[in-house]
Amino acid sequence: MTRSLHRWFGLIAAIALCLTALSGATLSIFPVADAVTNPASQQISVATLAARVQAAEPTVEQIKQEPSGRIVAFYFDGNTPVSSIIDPATGAPVGEAGKSDLERWLIDFHRAYLVGDNGRYAAAIVAGLMLALSISGAFLLARRAGGWRHILKPVSGKGQSRLHTIVSRIAVPALFFSSITALWMVAATFDVLPAGSAAPMFPETVSGKMGFDLAAMEPLQNTQLDEFRSLTFPYANDPTDAYRLKTSAGEGYIDQGNGALLEWSDANWVDKTTHLATVLHTGQGMAWLGLILGVSALGVPVLGWTGTAMWLRGRKGPKIASVAEADADTIVLVGSEGGTTWGFAATLQTALMQHNLKTYVGPMNTFDPARWPHAKRLILLAATYGDGAAPSTASGFAEKFSQSPARSDMQLAILGFGDRSFAHYCGFASELTERAEKSGWKTLVPFETVNRQSPQDFARWGRALAGALDLDFELNHVPALPKTWRLTLISRRDYGADVQAHTTILRFALPHASLADRLTGKMLPKFEAGDLVAIVPEGSNLPRFYSLASGSKDGFLEICVRKHPGGLCSNQLTAMEPGQEITAFIRANPDFRPARGKRPVVLIGAGTGIGPLAGFARANQNGRPMHLYFGARHPASDALYDHEIAEWKADGRLTTVATAYSRLANPLYVQDTLKADAANLAKLMTSGAQILVCGGREMAEGVAAAVAEIVEPHGLNLKTLKAEGRYAEDVY
Amino acid sequence: MKRFMAILALTTALSTPVLAHAGQVTLTTNMANYRGPGAYLAYYVTDANGKYVGSLWMAGGKSRYYEHLRGWYRASGGNTGDINGITGASVGSGRKLEVSLNLNDALFDAGYELHIDAAAEDMRESPNEIVVPLTSAGSGKAIKGTRYIANFTYSR
Repeated sequence: MTRSLHRWFGLIAAIALCLTALSGATLSIFPVADAVTNPASQQISVATLAARVQAAEPTVEQIKQEPSGRIVAFYFDGNTPVSSIIDPATGAPVGEAGKSDLERWLIDFHRAYLVGDNGRYAAAIVAGLMLALSISGAFLLARRAGGWRHILKPVSGKGQSRLHTIVSRIAVPALFFSSITALWMVAATFDVLPAGSAAPMFPETVSGKMGFDLAAMEPLQNTQLDEFRSLTFPYANDPTDAYRLKTSAGEGYIDQGNGALLEWSDANWVDKTTHLATVLHTGQGMAWLGLILGVSALGVPVLGWTGTAMWLRGRKGPKIASVAEADADTIVLVGSEGGTTWGFAATLQTALMQHNLKTYVGPMNTFDPARWPHAKRLILLAATYGDGAAPSTASGFAEKFSQSPARSDMQLAILGFGDRSFAHYCGFASELTERAEKSGWKTLVPFETVNRQSPQDFARWGRALAGALDLDFELNHVPALPKTWRLTLISRRDYGADVQAHTTILRFALPHASLADRLTGKMLPKFEAGDLVAIVPEGSNLPRFYSLASGSKDGFLEICVRKHPGGLCSNQLTAMEPGQEITAFIRANPDFRPARGKRPVVLIGAGTGIGPLAGFARANQNGRPMHLYFGARHPASDALYDHEIAEWKADGRLTTVATAYSRLANPLYVQDTLKADAANLAKLMTSGAQILVCGGREMAEGVAAAVAEIVEPHGLNLKTLKAEGRYAEDVY
Repeated sequence: MKRFMAILALTTALSTPVLAHAGQVTLTTNMANYRGPGAYLAYYVTDANGKYVGSLWMAGGKSRYYEHLRGWYRASGGNTGDINGITGASVGSGRKLEVSLNLNDALFDAGYELHIDAAAEDMRESPNEIVVPLTSAGSGKAIKGTRYIANFTYSR
């Protein structure tokens, strides 16, 4: 509900919001200019000020202080009415008052779109939308982060969703602030607030005398400049008139014949709040605040754009001709956030239909076993929104699912789609699996997960499914390929042939980008070690992802590939000779890299997992503490990057290096070296170090267990470290 | 007092098509190019002793700004009941406002004066920018303003 509200408000209002935000951002510059040019303020009373101004300009009619602190006086020069900025030190005019045409135009545009009261109503609606968006957005931020406590932790995810999150985290507080003060100001303008204190009535009787010395008037002497708002002089030669004084405390009349306070009414909280809202919204007298609000407003177009793009992508819903629920023997229910899971569902449905299974595919919210008289199996494809939450098309599904009794004539399979960089990887799918076990559903195939839309993970689960159904099919899911580049191999280094772990370090040249490519953004995107390169092998459209062992700053693209028997892509790669080409594209993986700053980094990996870790070490030019724990089979055979590691240790890019070999007389795994070095590691972690783990899943599980064991006595735990981005994995 | 009652009837006469002894009067105000947002204008009448007798027109709809029309505000006590039904939009820089109303003949050539107060947001308050005696001879003659009003004419 929060999400769809956020979406619809956002779409409707995007354009109006952008216009209001951009004009507001521009307006925030003016208070800064005012702050620079305003004459210095003075610690004087209004009596002193008024006397000075009257001496300098005897025809003065009114003196007022603008919220920016600027003193302005209105008087006549001959018959010409003049408004001037006053230097309170002398009371003399120092320049013309009034806003420039540009500023007035911007204000009118910002608050009324140049069309008067109807425009003001529209602008008020826009401010209301902004407020609704800020609030719903803050809740989404919290939900995405896994709770309010984690709202400031590093952002996981990628692309537009990541950008949307980062920008909104910065801008939301200011936008909330701007919109709520704006609404208050509109309400004040249209008199819909609770009543302010009524202005005092003009006094019934005055002394009838004139010419009391301004400087000697007690009410003015008792008012300091910082609380002064305005002083209106009586009409010339009208003994029935009086001075009118306004201050932050209230307003009243002063007798021009004896200086006595005649009437007074105190300002109430509504008056004070209205003044405060104006000052806070416009940043007058608080230029720094205005600038913060203005800069945050610049985030609105970015949020509008990324939000709309995300929504458009998510809209690509089911486009598959489906069998009716009542006729189906196989029910596939999809809970998708961004829409990509529907693509996997389509691949699954095509394969099942080819084998004459009557397959119904629908969103999870259509769950209703009573409408499936012929169903024999239920397959749930469950994506996870953010950190463990249910996706939008499955809100409320978990409830319905656990309340509904298991059908003894049906079998159940659950496949989770998620991103391992989140702490609750596939949290929603795991939750469903637990509920299914409790209700007693029969298992068709065991629970599996697909990391980052990996076609390989999906194909592996597909083989298990085909086995369970006693059918022969492959789930070759081909996501739409992004733009690809051709990469040329420069060099290769081979390791591990004699320990049955043929591994090659492949180095590719960066594709040459012409000027036109650069201008049109068609060059290979910038990448860093730890990002992924997708290789599209000959004879298949399924890209395979490898972790990058270099950044684009190194001037080459490097990966470590282990040859798998029968592996199409690894066989092609490990057979490449310098000069040959391969098709590839880059996918960012911003959550797996050393955090900014000087804190120590602990690199842990085994086998080809050394690749990105070597890349991090190579890029560590500033000698930040980096500790490498590395597992291989035999020092003489598969010690990848052996020369470089020695060199990096010598020049300080690596602080310590510990290696574990599993094929020596005394076999060691990388988690063993961690345990042996537990004291050091615990010290590093309590001092704020970050751990980056890369390698196979079994190794990663062993490492996670070892690290948990080491840090727990020191009051740390793996879950928190992961949530803080201090324990990141790249696992395959 | 008799006259006072009469003018009260007449100030709301815009909605009453014809009244005895009342002739139509057109108030024409040409605004100066004062470079600012729409101005509020208050039109009101005082008698030979300078005493307020009633309002004729209010240009500007938001009552929270009326206090800046200082002369009118003091004279009327800020009573919005006086301008009920005779309130229009504020008048922009360089624009023209024409108001036609039925005004009691007795108001002319009897010492009554028509006042116009003007003000605009964040700008100078200009009370009594126009003060003109209501006379038969003065009808159709333009009076110059100072800050907001270029000139003003009433014609019977």
